[in-house]
Amino acid sequence: MGTLLTILYVFLGIGVIFNCLGSIGLLRFPDVYTRLHAATKTTTFGSIFTSLAVIVFSFYRWSISGDSKFVVLALHTIIALACLIITNPTGAHAIARAAHRSGVMPKQAVIDELKEAKLK
Amino acid sequence: MSEFFKIFIIPGGLLLVFMLLSLIRLILGPTVPDRIVALDTINTLVVAGMILVGAAYEEVIYIDVAIVYALLSYIGTLYVAKYLEGGPKK
Repeated sequence: MGTLLTILYVFLGIGVIFNCLGSIGLLRFPDVYTRLHAATKTTTFGSIFTSLAVIVFSFYRWSISGDSKFVVLALHTIIALACLIITNPTGAHAIARAAHRSGVMPKQAVIDELKEAKLK
Repeated sequence: MSEFFKIFIIPGGLLLVFMLLSLIRLILGPTVPDRIVALDTINTLVVAGMILVGAAYEEVIYIDVAIVYALLSYIGTLYVAKYLEGGPKK
């Protein structure tokens, strides 16, 4: 019981702190690319840890009570976490590509070598 | 089991506060990609918070909704990004 509570506090603490850093970085950074850097990676990492806390809790309750509701809870959380891990970096890549194609430059940028290279 | 309820519902409330912080960027954002980044962050936080609420109430249906929400918000982000990028020139 004490070990379970320690694991839950550590995982939820890491997750909440990284989500907090993500939203603060989204507010404080100067342009689109740095905001994307701050928001996407930290929220993915934090959401992995909060979901890991739920998975550990569910398997613990299943091993104690033997109720099949908790193993369903754990498996569905694993599926949701897999969807989040696959879709979140892909969406961030699409946003960065669209921002560059639509002509948004980084702050204090002087030249754009990616556009000069004419990659298609 | 009110002890576990408190452990999971308090980080869910904190994630709600972070969603409101991201909503400020969604309203203020000077360019369109800023607003898309803020919307993507809010979607991720909604999925994480919904998983926490499902664990707090010990209901599986919240987590099923979170799976569907994650996939549909991904489709929405790709759609808006494709619109912003523009089609082939002429």
